[in-house]
Amino acid sequence: MDLYREHILEHWQNPQNFREMKKADLVVDQVNPLCGDEVTFYFKFEKGKIKDVSFVGDGCAISVASASILSEFIKGKKVAVVGKMTGEDVFEILGGPVAPARLKCAFLPLEAIRKLRV
Amino acid sequence: MNIGKIKRDFPIFQKKINGKSLVYLDSAATSQKPKKVLDLVDDYYDQYNANVHRGIHTLSVEATEAYEAARARVAKFVGVSDPVEIIFTRNATEAINLVAYAWGRVNISSGDEIVTTIMEHHSNFVPWQQLALENGAVLKVVPIDENGELDIVAFEKALGPKTKLVTFTHVSNVLGTINDVKQLSKLVNLKSPKARIMIDGAMPPFLFGGEMISKVTLEKTTWNELPWKFEAGTPNVGGAIGLAAACDYLDELGMENVRKHDVELAQYAIGKLSKIPGVVIFGPKDATKRGGVVSFNVGPVHAHDVASILDSAGIAVRSGNHCAEPLVDFLGVSSLARASFYIYNDKTDIDIFVEGIRNVKEVFKI
Ligand SMILES: Cc1ncc(COP(=O)(O)O)c(C=O)c1O
Repeated sequence: MDLYREHILEHWQNPQNFREMKKADLVVDQVNPLCGDEVTFYFKFEKGKIKDVSFVGDGCAISVASASILSEFIKGKKVAVVGKMTGEDVFEILGGPVAPARLKCAFLPLEAIRKLRV
Repeated sequence: MNIGKIKRDFPIFQKKINGKSLVYLDSAATSQKPKKVLDLVDDYYDQYNANVHRGIHTLSVEATEAYEAARARVAKFVGVSDPVEIIFTRNATEAINLVAYAWGRVNISSGDEIVTTIMEHHSNFVPWQQLALENGAVLKVVPIDENGELDIVAFEKALGPKTKLVTFTHVSNVLGTINDVKQLSKLVNLKSPKARIMIDGAMPPFLFGGEMISKVTLEKTTWNELPWKFEAGTPNVGGAIGLAAACDYLDELGMENVRKHDVELAQYAIGKLSKIPGVVIFGPKDATKRGGVVSFNVGPVHAHDVASILDSAGIAVRSGNHCAEPLVDFLGVSSLARASFYIYNDKTDIDIFVEGIRNVKEVFKI
Protein backbone atom coordinates (compact mmCIF):
# COMPACT_ATOMS: atom_id res chain seq x y z
CA MET A 1 0.00 0.00 0.00
CA ASP A 2 1.40 3.35 -0.99
CA LEU A 3 1.11 5.97 1.75
CA TYR A 4 1.72 8.83 -0.64
CA ARG A 5 -0.86 7.88 -3.23
CA GLU A 6 -2.06 10.43 -5.76
CA HIS A 7 -5.29 11.12 -3.86
CA ILE A 8 -3.41 12.11 -0.69
CA LEU A 9 -0.79 14.19 -2.48
CA GLU A 10 -3.49 16.13 -4.33
CA HIS A 11 -5.13 17.12 -1.08
CA TRP A 12 -1.74 18.01 0.43
CA GLN A 13 -1.00 20.27 -2.52
CA ASN A 14 -4.45 21.75 -2.63
CA PRO A 15 -6.31 21.26 0.63
CA GLN A 16 -10.07 21.75 0.45
CA ASN A 17 -11.94 23.96 2.93
CA PHE A 18 -8.60 25.24 4.20
CA ARG A 19 -9.55 28.57 5.75
CA GLU A 20 -10.63 30.20 8.97
CA MET A 21 -14.33 30.77 9.46
CA LYS A 22 -15.81 33.87 11.02
CA LYS A 23 -18.88 33.38 13.19
CA ALA A 24 -18.52 29.63 13.40
CA ASP A 25 -20.99 27.82 15.67
CA LEU A 26 -18.21 25.60 17.01
CA VAL A 27 -14.40 25.75 16.94
CA VAL A 28 -12.39 22.66 17.89
CA ASP A 29 -8.62 22.65 18.45
CA GLN A 30 -6.81 19.35 18.29
CA VAL A 31 -3.10 18.87 18.96
CA ASN A 32 -0.93 15.82 18.69
CA PRO A 33 1.47 16.49 21.55
CA LEU A 34 3.89 13.88 20.27
CA CYS A 35 4.71 15.58 17.00
CA GLY A 36 3.32 19.07 17.45
CA ASP A 37 0.84 18.74 14.59
CA GLU A 38 -2.22 20.82 15.19
CA VAL A 39 -5.53 21.33 13.47
CA THR A 40 -8.46 23.67 14.14
CA PHE A 41 -11.88 22.80 12.77
CA TYR A 42 -14.72 25.33 12.30
CA PHE A 43 -18.34 24.24 12.02
CA LYS A 44 -21.62 25.89 11.10
CA PHE A 45 -24.79 23.93 11.81
CA GLU A 46 -28.33 24.06 10.44
CA LYS A 47 -31.20 21.74 11.36
CA GLY A 48 -28.94 19.10 12.82
CA LYS A 49 -26.68 19.06 9.80
CA ILE A 50 -23.20 20.40 9.09
CA LYS A 51 -23.91 23.37 6.89
CA ASP A 52 -20.29 24.41 6.55
CA VAL A 53 -16.92 23.17 7.72
CA SER A 54 -13.38 24.43 7.34
CA PHE A 55 -10.00 23.91 8.96
CA VAL A 56 -6.55 25.40 9.40
CA GLY A 57 -3.45 23.75 10.79
CA ASP A 58 0.15 22.89 10.60
CA GLY A 59 0.97 19.30 9.91
CA CYS A 60 2.32 16.57 7.71
CA ALA A 61 0.87 15.52 4.37
CA ILE A 62 -1.08 12.70 5.97
CA SER A 63 -2.84 14.86 8.56
CA VAL A 64 -3.51 17.71 6.12
CA ALA A 65 -4.89 15.35 3.47
CA SER A 66 -6.96 13.53 6.06
CA ALA A 67 -8.45 16.83 7.29
CA SER A 68 -9.15 18.00 3.76
CA ILE A 69 -10.80 14.75 2.64
CA LEU A 70 -12.81 14.49 5.86
CA SER A 71 -14.05 18.06 5.59
CA GLU A 72 -15.37 17.34 2.09
CA PHE A 73 -16.96 14.13 3.25
CA ILE A 74 -18.84 15.50 6.27
CA LYS A 75 -20.21 18.66 4.70
CA GLY A 76 -24.02 18.39 4.56
CA LYS A 77 -24.11 15.26 6.72
CA LYS A 78 -25.99 14.86 9.99
CA VAL A 79 -24.03 15.97 13.05
CA ALA A 80 -25.12 12.88 14.98
CA VAL A 81 -23.78 10.59 12.25
CA VAL A 82 -20.49 12.45 11.76
CA GLY A 83 -19.77 12.43 15.51
CA LYS A 84 -19.83 8.64 15.44
CA MET A 85 -17.29 8.18 12.65
CA THR A 86 -14.59 5.59 13.29
CA GLY A 87 -11.03 4.94 12.18
CA GLU A 88 -12.35 2.38 9.71
CA ASP A 89 -14.49 5.08 8.11
CA VAL A 90 -11.41 7.28 7.77
CA PHE A 91 -9.45 4.50 6.05
CA GLU A 92 -12.34 4.03 3.67
CA ILE A 93 -12.49 7.64 2.57
CA LEU A 94 -8.67 7.89 2.47
CA GLY A 95 -8.69 4.95 0.08
CA GLY A 96 -6.94 2.40 2.28
CA PRO A 97 -5.17 1.87 5.60
CA VAL A 98 -2.21 3.91 6.83
CA ALA A 99 1.12 2.61 8.18
CA PRO A 100 1.02 2.12 11.99
CA ALA A 101 3.63 4.83 12.63
CA ARG A 102 1.39 7.35 10.90
CA LEU A 103 -2.00 6.46 12.40
CA LYS A 104 -1.81 9.40 14.79
CA CYS A 105 -1.37 11.74 11.81
CA ALA A 106 -4.27 10.26 9.87
CA PHE A 107 -6.58 10.30 12.89
CA LEU A 108 -5.80 13.81 14.19
CA PRO A 109 -8.71 15.37 12.23
CA LEU A 110 -10.99 12.52 13.29
CA GLU A 111 -10.20 13.29 16.94
CA ALA A 112 -11.37 16.85 16.33
CA ILE A 113 -14.54 15.74 14.56
CA ARG A 114 -15.38 13.32 17.34
CA LYS A 115 -15.92 16.30 19.61
CA LEU A 116 -19.24 16.64 17.76
CA ARG A 117 -20.45 13.57 19.60
CA VAL A 118 -23.40 14.45 21.83
CA MET B 1 38.92 2.99 11.26
CA ASN B 2 37.69 0.09 9.17
CA ILE B 3 33.98 0.86 8.97
CA GLY B 4 33.12 -2.36 7.15
CA LYS B 5 34.61 -4.35 10.01
CA ILE B 6 32.92 -2.17 12.63
CA LYS B 7 29.55 -2.63 10.94
CA ARG B 8 29.97 -6.41 11.13
CA ASP B 9 30.41 -6.06 14.91
CA PHE B 10 26.81 -4.83 15.19
CA PRO B 11 24.25 -7.66 14.77
CA ILE B 12 21.40 -5.26 13.99
CA PHE B 13 22.80 -4.59 10.53
CA GLN B 14 21.83 -8.10 9.51
CA LYS B 15 18.22 -7.05 9.74
CA LYS B 16 16.35 -5.95 6.63
CA ILE B 17 14.02 -2.98 6.84
CA ASN B 18 11.27 -3.01 4.21
CA GLY B 19 13.43 -5.46 2.29
CA LYS B 20 16.43 -3.08 2.29
CA SER B 21 19.70 -3.02 4.22
CA LEU B 22 19.41 -0.82 7.28
CA VAL B 23 20.91 2.64 6.99
CA TYR B 24 20.79 3.75 10.61
CA LEU B 25 21.03 7.52 10.94
CA ASP B 26 19.45 7.96 14.37
CA SER B 27 22.34 7.32 16.74
CA ALA B 28 21.73 10.67 18.44
CA ALA B 29 18.52 9.14 19.83
CA THR B 30 20.09 5.82 20.71
CA SER B 31 23.12 4.04 19.37
CA GLN B 32 23.28 0.43 18.25
CA LYS B 33 25.26 -1.99 20.37
CA PRO B 34 28.15 -4.21 19.21
CA LYS B 35 28.13 -7.98 19.80
CA LYS B 36 30.91 -7.71 22.40
CA VAL B 37 28.76 -5.42 24.54
CA LEU B 38 25.61 -7.50 24.06
CA ASP B 39 27.50 -10.69 24.96
CA LEU B 40 28.81 -9.22 28.20
CA VAL B 41 25.32 -8.05 29.18
CA ASP B 42 23.94 -11.50 28.31
CA ASP B 43 26.71 -13.07 30.32
CA TYR B 44 25.65 -11.07 33.37
CA TYR B 45 22.05 -12.29 33.10
CA ASP B 46 23.13 -15.86 32.31
CA GLN B 47 25.83 -16.21 34.96
CA TYR B 48 25.61 -13.80 37.88
CA ASN B 49 22.37 -11.83 37.85
CA ALA B 50 21.73 -10.67 41.43
CA ASN B 51 20.97 -7.52 43.34
CA VAL B 52 24.02 -5.57 44.47
CA HIS B 53 25.33 -4.28 47.79
CA ARG B 54 22.88 -6.02 50.04
CA GLY B 55 23.78 -9.65 49.58
CA ILE B 56 26.19 -12.05 51.20
CA HIS B 57 25.78 -14.85 48.69
CA THR B 58 28.20 -15.51 45.84
CA LEU B 59 26.12 -14.13 42.98
CA SER B 60 25.47 -10.89 44.79
CA VAL B 61 29.16 -10.45 45.50
CA GLU B 62 29.99 -11.07 41.83
CA ALA B 63 27.32 -8.66 40.66
CA THR B 64 28.49 -5.98 43.09
CA GLU B 65 32.07 -6.38 41.95
CA ALA B 66 31.10 -6.08 38.30
CA TYR B 67 28.85 -3.10 38.97
CA GLU B 68 31.54 -1.20 40.86
CA ALA B 69 34.18 -2.19 38.30
CA ALA B 70 31.89 -0.71 35.64
CA ARG B 71 31.73 2.51 37.63
CA ALA B 72 35.53 2.67 37.77
CA ARG B 73 35.78 1.90 34.05
CA VAL B 74 33.37 4.72 33.17
CA ALA B 75 35.24 7.12 35.49
CA LYS B 76 38.49 6.37 33.68
CA PHE B 77 36.80 6.77 30.31
CA VAL B 78 35.38 10.22 31.01
CA GLY B 79 38.49 11.34 32.91
CA VAL B 80 37.18 11.47 36.45
CA SER B 81 39.79 10.54 39.06
CA ASP B 82 37.45 9.21 41.73
CA PRO B 83 34.80 6.67 40.70
CA VAL B 84 32.44 7.81 43.47
CA GLU B 85 31.80 10.88 41.35
CA ILE B 86 30.05 8.66 38.81
CA ILE B 87 26.38 8.26 39.63
CA PHE B 88 24.39 5.87 37.48
CA THR B 89 20.91 7.05 36.59
CA ARG B 90 18.35 5.58 34.24
CA ASN B 91 18.79 8.37 31.72
CA ALA B 92 19.76 12.02 31.34
CA THR B 93 16.28 13.21 32.24
CA GLU B 94 16.42 11.46 35.60
CA ALA B 95 19.96 12.73 36.24
CA ILE B 96 18.98 16.35 35.63
CA ASN B 97 15.84 16.07 37.74
CA LEU B 98 17.95 14.56 40.51
CA VAL B 99 20.13 17.67 40.50
CA ALA B 100 17.11 19.97 40.31
CA TYR B 101 15.45 18.29 43.30
CA ALA B 102 18.40 17.32 45.48
CA TRP B 103 20.58 20.36 44.91
CA GLY B 104 18.40 22.99 43.20
CA ARG B 105 15.61 23.10 45.74
CA VAL B 106 18.10 23.54 48.57
CA ASN B 107 20.47 26.02 46.98
CA ILE B 108 18.36 28.14 44.66
CA SER B 109 15.77 30.47 46.12
CA SER B 110 13.66 33.48 45.26
CA GLY B 111 15.57 36.13 43.34
CA ASP B 112 18.47 33.79 42.49
CA GLU B 113 19.27 33.39 38.83
CA ILE B 114 19.60 30.28 36.68
CA VAL B 115 21.26 30.71 33.30
CA THR B 116 20.55 28.26 30.48
CA THR B 117 20.31 28.37 26.66
CA ILE B 118 17.64 28.23 23.99
CA MET B 119 19.21 25.09 22.53
CA GLU B 120 18.42 22.87 25.52
CA HIS B 121 16.53 19.59 25.30
CA HIS B 122 13.28 19.77 27.34
CA SER B 123 15.07 17.57 29.88
CA ASN B 124 17.41 20.41 30.76
CA PHE B 125 14.81 23.14 30.46
CA VAL B 126 11.60 22.05 32.14
CA PRO B 127 13.12 21.19 35.57
CA TRP B 128 14.62 24.69 35.81
CA GLN B 129 11.54 26.42 34.47
CA GLN B 130 9.49 24.56 37.09
CA LEU B 131 11.89 25.43 39.88
CA ALA B 132 11.75 29.11 38.90
CA LEU B 133 7.95 29.03 38.77
CA GLU B 134 7.77 27.38 42.17
CA ASN B 135 10.17 29.53 44.15
CA GLY B 136 10.53 32.82 42.30
CA ALA B 137 14.03 32.22 40.95
CA VAL B 138 14.77 33.89 37.60
CA LEU B 139 15.45 31.74 34.53
CA LYS B 140 17.63 33.45 31.91
CA VAL B 141 17.71 31.87 28.46
CA VAL B 142 20.69 32.73 26.26
CA PRO B 143 19.91 32.88 22.51
CA ILE B 144 21.92 31.63 19.52
CA ASP B 145 23.33 33.56 16.57
CA GLU B 146 22.42 33.13 12.89
CA ASN B 147 25.02 30.37 12.61
CA GLY B 148 23.27 28.31 15.24
CA GLU B 149 26.05 28.94 17.75
CA LEU B 150 25.62 30.23 21.28
CA ASP B 151 25.60 34.03 21.51
CA ILE B 152 28.66 34.47 23.73
CA VAL B 153 28.08 38.18 24.31
CA ALA B 154 24.55 37.50 25.56
CA PHE B 155 25.87 34.60 27.64
CA GLU B 156 28.37 36.84 29.36
CA LYS B 157 25.73 39.50 29.92
CA ALA B 158 23.39 36.98 31.54
CA LEU B 159 25.97 36.15 34.22
CA GLY B 160 26.00 38.16 37.41
CA PRO B 161 26.36 38.09 41.18
CA LYS B 162 22.92 36.48 41.59
CA THR B 163 23.68 33.58 39.25
CA LYS B 164 23.51 30.32 41.21
CA LEU B 165 23.51 27.81 38.39
CA VAL B 166 24.68 27.87 34.79
CA THR B 167 23.57 24.87 32.77
CA PHE B 168 23.93 24.06 29.09
CA THR B 169 24.18 21.15 26.74
CA HIS B 170 27.60 20.12 25.50
CA VAL B 171 26.20 19.35 22.05
CA SER B 172 22.82 20.48 20.70
CA ASN B 173 20.72 17.48 19.70
CA VAL B 174 19.07 19.58 16.95
CA LEU B 175 21.76 21.90 15.60
CA GLY B 176 24.72 19.68 16.37
CA THR B 177 26.47 22.79 17.72
CA ILE B 178 29.29 22.02 20.14
CA ASN B 179 29.45 24.42 23.05
CA ASP B 180 32.96 25.24 24.20
CA VAL B 181 32.67 24.02 27.78
CA LYS B 182 36.12 25.30 28.78
CA GLN B 183 35.57 28.79 27.43
CA LEU B 184 32.07 29.09 28.88
CA SER B 185 33.18 27.76 32.27
CA LYS B 186 35.96 30.32 32.34
CA LEU B 187 33.46 33.11 31.78
CA VAL B 188 31.24 31.75 34.55
CA ASN B 189 34.14 31.53 37.00
CA LEU B 190 35.10 35.08 36.13
CA LYS B 191 31.68 36.72 36.30
CA SER B 192 29.84 34.49 38.76
CA PRO B 193 32.51 32.72 40.80
CA LYS B 194 29.97 31.26 43.21
CA ALA B 195 27.77 29.72 40.53
CA ARG B 196 27.75 25.98 39.87
CA ILE B 197 28.01 24.68 36.33
CA MET B 198 26.06 21.71 35.04
CA ILE B 199 26.69 20.20 31.63
CA ASP B 200 24.07 18.09 29.86
CA GLY B 201 26.37 15.49 28.38
CA ALA B 202 23.71 13.30 26.74
CA MET B 203 24.94 13.98 23.23
CA PRO B 204 28.74 13.77 22.79
CA PRO B 205 29.81 10.55 21.06
CA PHE B 206 31.59 9.15 24.10
CA LEU B 207 28.23 8.50 25.65
CA PHE B 208 26.45 7.20 22.56
CA GLY B 209 27.91 3.84 23.51
CA GLY B 210 26.04 3.91 26.76
CA GLU B 211 22.63 2.66 27.47
CA MET B 212 20.26 4.29 29.90
CA ILE B 213 22.95 6.40 31.39
CA SER B 214 24.37 9.87 31.47
CA LYS B 215 27.01 11.92 33.11
CA VAL B 216 26.08 15.09 34.88
CA THR B 217 28.96 17.09 36.20
CA LEU B 218 28.24 19.29 39.12
CA GLU B 219 31.48 20.96 39.89
CA LYS B 220 32.73 21.55 43.37
CA THR B 221 29.92 19.84 45.22
CA THR B 222 30.57 17.28 47.88
CA TRP B 223 28.02 14.78 49.02
CA ASN B 224 27.96 12.20 51.75
CA GLU B 225 28.27 8.55 50.84
CA LEU B 226 28.76 9.14 47.19
CA PRO B 227 27.65 7.71 44.87
CA TRP B 228 25.15 5.33 46.46
CA LYS B 229 23.20 8.09 48.17
CA PHE B 230 21.78 8.95 44.76
CA GLU B 231 21.24 5.45 43.50
CA ALA B 232 18.26 4.44 45.57
CA GLY B 233 16.76 1.06 44.80
CA THR B 234 17.83 -1.77 42.55
CA PRO B 235 20.20 -0.41 39.92
CA ASN B 236 20.45 -1.40 36.27
CA VAL B 237 23.48 -3.64 36.76
CA GLY B 238 23.34 -5.09 33.26
CA GLY B 239 23.27 -1.57 31.80
CA ALA B 240 26.35 -0.54 33.77
CA ILE B 241 28.22 -3.66 32.65
CA GLY B 242 27.24 -2.94 29.05
CA LEU B 243 28.39 0.66 29.38
CA ALA B 244 31.80 -0.43 30.70
CA ALA B 245 32.11 -2.84 27.75
CA ALA B 246 31.20 0.02 25.40
CA CYS B 247 34.02 2.09 26.94
CA ASP B 248 36.43 -0.76 26.08
CA TYR B 249 35.09 -0.96 22.55
CA LEU B 250 35.42 2.78 21.97
CA ASP B 251 38.87 3.04 23.54
CA GLU B 252 40.03 0.31 21.20
CA LEU B 253 38.88 2.41 18.25
CA GLY B 254 40.35 5.55 19.82
CA MET B 255 38.07 8.46 20.64
CA GLU B 256 40.07 10.79 18.41
CA ASN B 257 39.31 8.51 15.48
CA VAL B 258 35.65 8.39 16.46
CA ARG B 259 35.52 12.18 16.50
CA LYS B 260 37.40 12.46 13.20
CA HIS B 261 34.95 10.07 11.60
CA ASP B 262 32.01 12.12 12.93
CA VAL B 263 33.36 15.31 11.40
CA GLU B 264 34.15 13.60 8.11
CA LEU B 265 30.64 12.23 7.74
CA ALA B 266 28.95 15.48 8.81
CA GLN B 267 31.06 17.38 6.31
CA TYR B 268 30.28 14.91 3.54
CA ALA B 269 26.56 14.98 4.31
CA ILE B 270 26.39 18.79 4.50
CA GLY B 271 28.27 19.03 1.20
CA LYS B 272 25.88 16.64 -0.56
CA LEU B 273 22.69 17.98 1.00
CA SER B 274 23.49 21.61 0.27
CA LYS B 275 23.68 20.77 -3.44
CA ILE B 276 20.03 19.68 -3.49
CA PRO B 277 17.75 22.61 -4.29
CA GLY B 278 15.10 23.18 -1.64
CA VAL B 279 16.96 21.44 1.18
CA VAL B 280 17.53 23.72 4.18
CA ILE B 281 20.26 22.74 6.65
CA PHE B 282 20.26 23.99 10.24
CA GLY B 283 23.26 24.65 12.48
CA PRO B 284 26.90 25.50 11.83
CA LYS B 285 28.03 24.92 8.22
CA ASP B 286 31.53 24.16 9.52
CA ALA B 287 31.48 20.46 10.43
CA THR B 288 34.31 20.86 12.94
CA LYS B 289 31.93 22.98 15.03
CA ARG B 290 29.29 20.30 15.31
CA GLY B 291 28.74 16.74 16.45
CA GLY B 292 27.69 14.06 13.97
CA VAL B 293 24.22 15.53 13.64
CA VAL B 294 22.61 17.24 10.64
CA SER B 295 19.06 18.59 10.86
CA PHE B 296 17.32 19.67 7.69
CA ASN B 297 14.03 20.20 5.90
CA VAL B 298 13.07 19.39 2.33
CA GLY B 299 11.14 22.36 0.90
CA PRO B 300 7.59 22.49 2.25
CA VAL B 301 7.50 18.76 3.02
CA HIS B 302 6.85 17.97 6.68
CA ALA B 303 9.69 16.15 8.48
CA HIS B 304 7.43 13.18 9.30
CA ASP B 305 6.74 12.69 5.60
CA VAL B 306 10.48 12.86 4.89
CA ALA B 307 11.10 10.23 7.59
CA SER B 308 8.32 7.97 6.29
CA ILE B 309 9.61 7.98 2.73
CA LEU B 310 13.20 7.40 3.88
CA ASP B 311 11.99 4.52 6.05
CA SER B 312 10.51 2.79 3.04
CA ALA B 313 14.08 2.65 1.70
CA GLY B 314 15.43 1.26 4.99
CA ILE B 315 16.82 4.62 6.14
CA ALA B 316 16.17 5.57 9.78
CA VAL B 317 16.10 9.30 10.60
CA ARG B 318 14.29 11.20 13.33
CA SER B 319 11.66 13.87 12.74
CA GLY B 320 9.63 16.30 14.79
CA ASN B 321 10.54 18.92 17.36
CA HIS B 322 13.22 16.72 18.99
CA CYS B 323 12.01 17.65 22.50
CA ALA B 324 13.49 21.10 21.95
CA GLU B 325 10.42 23.21 21.26
CA PRO B 326 11.88 26.55 22.41
CA LEU B 327 14.67 26.10 19.86
CA VAL B 328 12.39 24.84 17.08
CA ASP B 329 10.11 27.87 17.63
CA PHE B 330 13.16 30.12 17.56
CA LEU B 331 14.19 28.60 14.22
CA GLY B 332 10.73 29.48 12.89
CA VAL B 333 9.74 25.98 11.77
CA SER B 334 7.28 23.43 13.12
CA SER B 335 9.47 20.37 12.69
CA LEU B 336 12.83 19.21 11.40
CA ALA B 337 14.26 15.96 10.08
CA ARG B 338 17.56 14.84 11.59
CA ALA B 339 20.26 12.47 10.41
CA SER B 340 22.94 11.54 12.93
CA PHE B 341 26.09 9.54 12.34
CA TYR B 342 28.22 7.16 14.31
CA ILE B 343 31.07 4.70 14.00
CA TYR B 344 29.16 2.16 11.88
CA ASN B 345 28.09 4.69 9.24
CA ASP B 346 30.07 5.28 6.08
CA LYS B 347 29.86 7.48 3.00
CA THR B 348 27.81 4.86 1.21
CA ASP B 349 25.13 5.27 3.92
CA ILE B 350 25.09 8.98 3.21
CA ASP B 351 24.91 8.42 -0.55
CA ILE B 352 21.86 6.17 -0.02
CA PHE B 353 20.39 8.79 2.30
CA VAL B 354 20.91 11.59 -0.26
CA GLU B 355 19.29 9.40 -2.92
CA GLY B 356 16.39 9.00 -0.50
CA ILE B 357 16.06 12.78 -0.22
CA ARG B 358 15.87 13.02 -4.00
CA ASN B 359 13.12 10.44 -3.89
CA VAL B 360 11.23 12.57 -1.34
CA LYS B 361 11.33 15.43 -3.83
CA GLU B 362 10.12 13.15 -6.60
CA VAL B 363 7.20 11.81 -4.56
CA PHE B 364 6.12 15.33 -3.62
CA LYS B 365 6.89 16.67 -7.11
CA ILE B 366 8.94 19.57 -5.84
C1 LIG C 1 20.86 17.05 24.70
C2 LIG C 1 19.96 16.04 25.35
N1 LIG C 1 19.69 16.13 26.66
C3 LIG C 1 18.89 15.24 27.28
C4 LIG C 1 18.30 14.20 26.60
C5 LIG C 1 17.41 13.24 27.35
O1 LIG C 1 18.07 12.04 27.45
P1 LIG C 1 17.41 10.76 28.12
O2 LIG C 1 16.54 10.17 27.09
O3 LIG C 1 18.60 9.90 28.43
O4 LIG C 1 16.68 11.18 29.33
C6 LIG C 1 18.56 14.05 25.23
C7 LIG C 1 17.91 12.94 24.51
O5 LIG C 1 17.96 12.79 23.33
C8 LIG C 1 19.39 14.99 24.60
O6 LIG C 1 19.63 14.90 23.29
